Amino acid sequence: MLLIGYGNQGRGDDGLGPAFAARIEARRLAGLSVDADYQLTVEHALAVAEADGVVFVDASLERSEPFFFAPVKPAETASIASHSLSPAAVLSLAGTLYGRAPEAFVLGISGSVFGDVREGLSEEARHNIDSAEAFFCQWYSEFCSEQDGGSGSG
Amino acid sequence: MAQSRLIEISPVTRVEGHGKVTIHLNEKNEVDEARLHIVEFRGFERFIRGRLLWEVPVIVQRLCGICPVSHHIAAAKAMDMICGVDQLPPTAEKMRRLMHYGQVMQSHVLHFFHLAAPDLLFGFGAPAEKRNIFEVLKEQPELGRRAILMRKFGQEIIEATAGKKIHGTGAIPGGINRNLPIETRDRFLAQIDDMLEWSQEALALAKNYTVENAELVDAFASFPSNYMSIVREEDGALDLYHGAFRALKPNGEAIFDRLDYSKYYDVLIEDVRSWSYMKFPFIREMGPDTGWYRVGPLARMNTASFIDTPLANAARDELMAVTQGRPNNSILANHWARMIEVVHCVETIRDLLHDPDLQGTDLKATGERREEGIGVIEAPRGNLIHHYKVDENDQVTYCNLIVSTTHNNEGMNRAVKDVAVKHLSGHVDITEGMLNHIEVAVRAYDPCLSCATHALGQMPLQVELFDAENRLVASRSQSA
Repeated sequence: MLLIGYGNQGRGDDGLGPAFAARIEARRLAGLSVDADYQLTVEHALAVAEADGVVFVDASLERSEPFFFAPVKPAETASIASHSLSPAAVLSLAGTLYGRAPEAFVLGISGSVFGDVREGLSEEARHNIDSAEAFFCQWYSEFCSEQDGGSGSG
Repeated sequence: MAQSRLIEISPVTRVEGHGKVTIHLNEKNEVDEARLHIVEFRGFERFIRGRLLWEVPVIVQRLCGICPVSHHIAAAKAMDMICGVDQLPPTAEKMRRLMHYGQVMQSHVLHFFHLAAPDLLFGFGAPAEKRNIFEVLKEQPELGRRAILMRKFGQEIIEATAGKKIHGTGAIPGGINRNLPIETRDRFLAQIDDMLEWSQEALALAKNYTVENAELVDAFASFPSNYMSIVREEDGALDLYHGAFRALKPNGEAIFDRLDYSKYYDVLIEDVRSWSYMKFPFIREMGPDTGWYRVGPLARMNTASFIDTPLANAARDELMAVTQGRPNNSILANHWARMIEVVHCVETIRDLLHDPDLQGTDLKATGERREEGIGVIEAPRGNLIHHYKVDENDQVTYCNLIVSTTHNNEGMNRAVKDVAVKHLSGHVDITEGMLNHIEVAVRAYDPCLSCATHALGQMPLQVELFDAENRLVASRSQSA
């Protein structure tokens, strides 16, 4: 499993993705590779294609919940209009170039202060990243158990 | 009665940051005015004030997610000057060069293969669903895979020299904080032949496109301008890391040559216009009307006397032969120039990897402290100036940055106007293909509006038409 946290930590809560990646990396979870970057770009397609599964972690403007976690599929009609790609476009690129787009999820962590040049997370974002971390660790534990169970029964 | 109209392309796709193109049509649907606007401003210069000089090369990487290494190196060079270091130890300078050439290579590759290729292969006016990198990859998947491996190679060089993929710490005031272990060097050397072969194939693609479409290239947003870059001080060679200023007139005559870049403010001045947050630099002695200039890969081909690596130099000779050695004004030739620089970067990286200085242990120099420092490099998109002043507590009191996209502001605006007049004037219905011509002109500069305005983000394309009373009469949008 690969986790990619992305965003700019010099832009306030836009740094939620890399901050989350740093927290998870520190936990050294078995079987989980962690990467952090400013944004998703084309070369992430190679790493994604080589992974068994991927979790993309980004800041979210959606503030009704502290975070959301949802599956993501390769985009059917993706375009690359910028140096930065969406998770669906990265998956699509992985499928197009390497014939493999693994099971993938997006973890969006709600933030409230974006854009301005500012270091550190807002209080709201710090609360939300705590919740997201607790959720992810639980989810990953269950995911691994299911994988182990699946392997065992197979 | 016919109405004058206003068309907005907001923001431009496949560039970074928040940009908007507005095109004013008169009653006859002729283009009256066309402008590239910058719609956000974040004030990074203010943010940096009060920070300690030692942390500046790291913090400035947060300016932009596209070219953080350029800011890292330019800031470190400025801090070298503040630390009184005029000459780095060979290991430090060569490690920085390796980092810089690795980043220029990977940046150019991304732009050419993934952002520009759809326009070049399918035509500017092709349907949007066809004019897409995924359509390119369906036809030429191996090309796409090679482009990704070239990107990866460049990024791994950055990681090996800067220490981390993001927020690298490699370049420090007065030097570098690491050398290149033998095993890392050998890992890169094992890939260098592939990189050189693939870069030459990319160069051939760009050259062939330019030559085979000479009529289009010559006519598309081509106009004379001044050109500026740094060149190697002793012989005028292309040098992306260090040198002295050279500016040329459209006929190739020097405006200034081998000028110490620490005096940039004596020759350059930034104009402000009410409708854009991005400034308009010009050469002071010439004034804003004739003193504007362009920077970037094509500008560097124009200003350099030669390139000191053989394959790239031969390629530059071919490019310059098209204009009989005079400056080339075709913005689409930027793609050719960009791929010449990729070959040059790979040749330089290869030569550096064979240099035992990369394994040296003398990493840092010291000198007599100064209060002011200026660092200038040639970033992927063109000249980049970092200027700082610090107080006795090592805190930054002044910061001024002139990034490549700001240098090119006037040129991009003129390109937008030129293409708008040629492709939109007289048309009642403005198609998506017509509007893409405008974007192609902007994209040829590979602008990084994120740096220029210190904003981050990208949004879908929106096009809006306004009537004589500035009422919205039509709107188009394109998903990013």
